[in-house]
Amino acid sequence: MTAAVSTLEIRNLHVSVETEEGPREILRGVDLTVRKGETHAIMGPNGSGKSTLSYSIAGHPKYTVTDGSITLDGEDVLAMGVDARARAGIFLAMQYPVEIPGVSVSNFLRSSATAVRGEAPKLRTWVKEVKTSMEALEMDPSFAERGVNEGFSGGEKKRHEILQMALLKPKIAVLDETDSGLDVDALRIVSGGIEAVRAQGETGILLITHYTRILRYIKPEFVHVMAAGRIVDEGGPELAAVLEESGYDRYVKGGGAAAPAGAGAVS
Amino acid sequence: MVVIDATGRPPLASGAVPRPVRSRNPLDHDVPTGREEAWRFTPLRRLRGLLTGPDADGKVSVTVSAPAGIAVEQLDAADPRIGRSFTPADRVAAFAMARAGGATAVTIPAEAAPAEPVIVHLHGESPRPAAGAAAGVAYGHLLIEIGPFASATVVLDHTGSATYAGNVEVYVGHGASLTFVSLQDWDAGAVHLGAHAYSIGRDAKLRSFTVTLGGDLVRLNPTVDYRGPGGDAELNGVFFTDAGQHQEHRLLVTHTPRSCRSRVTYKGALRGDAAHSVWIGDVVINADAVDTDTYELNRNLVLTDGARADSVPNLEILTGEVVGAGHASATGRFDDEALFYLQSRGIPPAEARRLVVHGFFAEVIDRIEVADLRDRIMASVAARLGETPAEDEPATPAAAGQAGA
Repeated sequence: MTAAVSTLEIRNLHVSVETEEGPREILRGVDLTVRKGETHAIMGPNGSGKSTLSYSIAGHPKYTVTDGSITLDGEDVLAMGVDARARAGIFLAMQYPVEIPGVSVSNFLRSSATAVRGEAPKLRTWVKEVKTSMEALEMDPSFAERGVNEGFSGGEKKRHEILQMALLKPKIAVLDETDSGLDVDALRIVSGGIEAVRAQGETGILLITHYTRILRYIKPEFVHVMAAGRIVDEGGPELAAVLEESGYDRYVKGGGAAAPAGAGAVS
Repeated sequence: MVVIDATGRPPLASGAVPRPVRSRNPLDHDVPTGREEAWRFTPLRRLRGLLTGPDADGKVSVTVSAPAGIAVEQLDAADPRIGRSFTPADRVAAFAMARAGGATAVTIPAEAAPAEPVIVHLHGESPRPAAGAAAGVAYGHLLIEIGPFASATVVLDHTGSATYAGNVEVYVGHGASLTFVSLQDWDAGAVHLGAHAYSIGRDAKLRSFTVTLGGDLVRLNPTVDYRGPGGDAELNGVFFTDAGQHQEHRLLVTHTPRSCRSRVTYKGALRGDAAHSVWIGDVVINADAVDTDTYELNRNLVLTDGARADSVPNLEILTGEVVGAGHASATGRFDDEALFYLQSRGIPPAEARRLVVHGFFAEVIDRIEVADLRDRIMASVAARLGETPAEDEPATPAAAGQAGA
């Protein structure tokens, strides 16, 4: 495979976290390839390792990669610090974005755009860029003066995450349960923001979700089912429809070992 | 009577807040041994003898720049305005009053509203003493009086180095409004002890900022007393305690008339070995002080191992008829999740830390309406973090090896 166009390759990824009883393996050999312009959904029950996968891609220090590799266009992502991964083009929209008191959204957005683009954006075009993106996400201009995630509602936090994705234009965007905790209106607005980034065709999207609800707004080309730290089923959009009907029971009953036919990964 | 002592220790016999001896005569104050409540956090050995009131052998020059219409005078020691609203509560403050040989007085006339701030620059001209050499002792008394219904900003700027015992007596007239900034931007060798006594008139407002950055040892005692109902005092503070520094702020707000308000907000960051900060927030609500509204807060951010922050709020309430009376104190480390969040947006670790510290202080510093001063304080904080502002920092790739592990 050539690595010409923004390809994230995850091979045999094993990830552990430290617990009181010692290290516990959460990811047990994940294989996944996401290319620019593609949209992949990763679905699975609670505890299947979906969030661990997203944090491991972003480089959260809590997660230790014990085996396998992650590369972006052939570059070793695991050798990069968290900030270097972001500058290389990886973006993680967090499930629970954290508050940073006293740091305004506008200061934060400009600092991160400066870091990711390698130079400070020209002030005049930047102001317009932010304004346009905020309008698309139906965010009030006063939002820019608030502290990052300080006192934000669930919907505001998620819109703020998608705003950052729109401004940073990543090669690969991992959206960790961006749909969780959103009411119907907020889900529509957030999905619209994701679709707008997708339509530009420059970003590969990894949409991590527990529910099929968001897939009514965003149609992935690929659907992967994760259970017990592995990808246990893969298919096209039709797989999401099946999951909507039957849920995850057939993947978790009898334990993760009982992967159904068509399981994508074995360890 | 309700006594609340956040330390969980049983209240003292006379109440949670100790009542010191008040006298202008230094000899009326016992020499502290270090075991007293008021001195237990202070390293007495580092006071360079100030407790014994040595003769002045150093110099702190006083330069006042004031807009037209504001009187700047040198008062002699017998002037009755000295000590009108302040009686020393400890030996060092009493020595400072006795040995200052008078006072520098800044008087803003009634109903005046100068557009520009009054700047009082105190510059210590005694370099850090070598062992056995003169300590560079200096004493001072500063009197600031705001006439009725006047409105002004006064900045007290301490720089250079000295062993300085200096009192500040601030008299805010009825209906007046004062913003007062005391910036302790001393060189590394300075020792500074000071009583900052604020007397608030009826319906008057004080907004003070105490910013302590430099010095070897700084110990300040801001106190607030109200002369009538409707007084409002906001005491804001910021300190950055670096390796080896001792920075102590002991506040006492005494509510005696009814319907006064006080707000105390102090934020500190500590970094390095033997960095030690002390914040004591005493609030007394006396029996007649009904309708009082008070809240005090201290937050400390410990940036490295080896630093220590002591934080003790005390609230003594002698009437139940208050609007509000509360306090909060918290000392914590960097929020790792906040740093991860910033880094996951491409921001290098050093700049992420700088942003978090900046944000931590911004709540207080952004309230300072003197832009030059605000920028100077933030620049000083950034310099102490050893980092440059975002715009100057190239997006360098992070070192390999910290990933995923």
